[in-house]
Amino acid sequence: MAVLNLVQAINQAIDQKMEDDSRVVVFGEDSGYEGGVFRVTAGLQKKYGEDRVFDTPIAEAAITGSAIGMAVNGLVPVAEIQFDGFIFPGITEIITHMARYRNRSRGRYGLPIVVRFPVGGGIRALEHHSESLESLLGQIPGLKVVMPSTPYAAKGLLISAIEDPDPVIFMEPKRIYRSGKQEVPEEMYRIPLGKAKVVKEGSDVTVVAWGPFVREVEKAAELLKAQGENIDIELIDLRTINPIDEETIINSVKKTGRFVVVQEAVKTYGPGAELIALVNEKAFLHLEAQPTRVTGFDITVPLPRGEHFHFIQPERIAAEIKKVAKF
Amino acid sequence: MLFKDFDPLKGKRLEILDAEGNITNPKLEPKIDKETLLKMYKTMTLGRVADIRALQYQRQGRMLTYAPNMGQEAAQVGSMAALDKKDWLSPGFRDLNLMLYRGVPLKQIYLYWYGNEWGNHFEEDMRILPINIIIGSQVAHAAGLAYASKIQKKGEVALAVIGDGGTSHGEFYEGLNFAASYDAPLVVLIQNNQYAISTPRRKATKAETLAQKAVAFGAEGIQVDGNDVLAMYVAMQASAEHARSGKGVVLVEAVTYRMGPHTTSDDPSIYRTKEEEQEWAKKDPIARFKKYLMDKGYWSEEEEAALDEANNNFVKETFEWVEANGAATLEDVFKYTYAEMTPQLTEQYETHKKFLEESEGK
Repeated sequence: MAVLNLVQAINQAIDQKMEDDSRVVVFGEDSGYEGGVFRVTAGLQKKYGEDRVFDTPIAEAAITGSAIGMAVNGLVPVAEIQFDGFIFPGITEIITHMARYRNRSRGRYGLPIVVRFPVGGGIRALEHHSESLESLLGQIPGLKVVMPSTPYAAKGLLISAIEDPDPVIFMEPKRIYRSGKQEVPEEMYRIPLGKAKVVKEGSDVTVVAWGPFVREVEKAAELLKAQGENIDIELIDLRTINPIDEETIINSVKKTGRFVVVQEAVKTYGPGAELIALVNEKAFLHLEAQPTRVTGFDITVPLPRGEHFHFIQPERIAAEIKKVAKF
Repeated sequence: MLFKDFDPLKGKRLEILDAEGNITNPKLEPKIDKETLLKMYKTMTLGRVADIRALQYQRQGRMLTYAPNMGQEAAQVGSMAALDKKDWLSPGFRDLNLMLYRGVPLKQIYLYWYGNEWGNHFEEDMRILPINIIIGSQVAHAAGLAYASKIQKKGEVALAVIGDGGTSHGEFYEGLNFAASYDAPLVVLIQNNQYAISTPRRKATKAETLAQKAVAFGAEGIQVDGNDVLAMYVAMQASAEHARSGKGVVLVEAVTYRMGPHTTSDDPSIYRTKEEEQEWAKKDPIARFKKYLMDKGYWSEEEEAALDEANNNFVKETFEWVEANGAATLEDVFKYTYAEMTPQLTEQYETHKKFLEESEGK
């Protein structure tokens, strides 16, 4: 089995879907000839030609807006936005039209579109290059929102996203684009959207994370172990921000009675708040401690000299887990 | 050739049928058969009656917000008549006649304005995107339709229709530039009806004409008398052919006038004069087309009277049908957010359904 990093796994997923389905087209700023600034689509234009893999003008609203027309007219667009913060000029088309088209037309036009882009911090970049947008995009009716945590998950989730009949926002954690490798099956496989994965079973505290923070929670668990703490963590990789896999989370909390959620996005009105509300609504009588969250702060993502204050370190996660476990 | 002869940078405007209904440019008079001409005329008159009636129904408290098209019938019908059935329409919200000509039943369009999304559920062969309220966005959607047509070699043209107000919007520029970059078969029709609600065209852009904006995209542009249905037909036919043959994008500016209010919530007397309205009333697109048809011997006052009565009866019956069938169901408002309801939506739907049933039982 090939050992791939996240970039290679995503590239393989797109490549195999393009091979499998001639309706799939890939486009974005520098996504064609160059293969994107992170080279996620490298080699695809050479293989599938300029009609199906192409560079666009620097016009995010044209990228997201034209994807709508392409999807109506028989294509399956996989559009790339170059960086998380660049989604904003294109978000108008996503929120005002793409997410609503099926409902607006009472089912006449469903839009099988994937909008994929790198998210989150960790590469010491300029402003607008380190944003976590799961809070913002997780609440839009009509969108599905996915963030993979590993190369294996990325391939299976992206294939499902491309095959999904509705628009899917596919957020790629750039800090782990190349930082970890994993065995990834060569054949096409699918990981269902809307299903979380229990990464590690445990009996003391349920910890929910997604994207790069699944690994950060594992690091936190190692830290706790090194400190001599004996806390049996049940770690859940949410995988899909919307729709939420309530069942997996609620079953876990009913077992552990304790709940911590980790999100890099700003604290207020984020998925962490939503998941805590969910736990309160559906597992209240099982709780043995107040459910809590470890989040980014309600600030603009700082430039590199200050970003370490904002981004969540394993130490913060470990401290929160300890607090909740010992309550 | 047409685009060269009517270069918008040289202040040219395509006109064939003048305000009095006389042919001023016989060389360009299109050869349209009688049946098609009458279909065009009948669509325009039905559109006019549907507008007038809708305003009345709204005043009676029976219709909700409505955006009338009065004055813009030629710009719309002339354009649609020149397109192929397989061509796409990406409309705005003031495009009743475009849809009627294509074959969308009036009851569906009324249903939309009555407040029900089923009004946007156009039959597949209509090839019409749902009504777009955010002005300008539809240009980007049409760019995608056109791109898909091009790479799949479908031979379809995508027509995006906006108003002069929409040309201030980002997606007007982004969409046109995007499609033009790939020579995708896109035609953008601007119905320059002089006002973006209350803001006159002159205040929205310093450009001398809207058609000349085509130059910036490396596209063809043409300004047309939008109240002249024959000129609109000729311009759109040339534009569609140009786009379809892979020569690139075309921008058509139809100079017209919104004879009614922006919507039923608007009071044009605040921002325009009676004199101005009367001047434009003399250029009514339907009156001059009627004269043209009568001069050709295709139409008579007797037929006109019968048509007017039939239109009024039809519109009345249609609206009564909509009033009787326009209600939405709880299932309707939940069911179409995704292809399949998510577990969250299912739970919300079931809970609310139960709540409603129990409330009704009390």
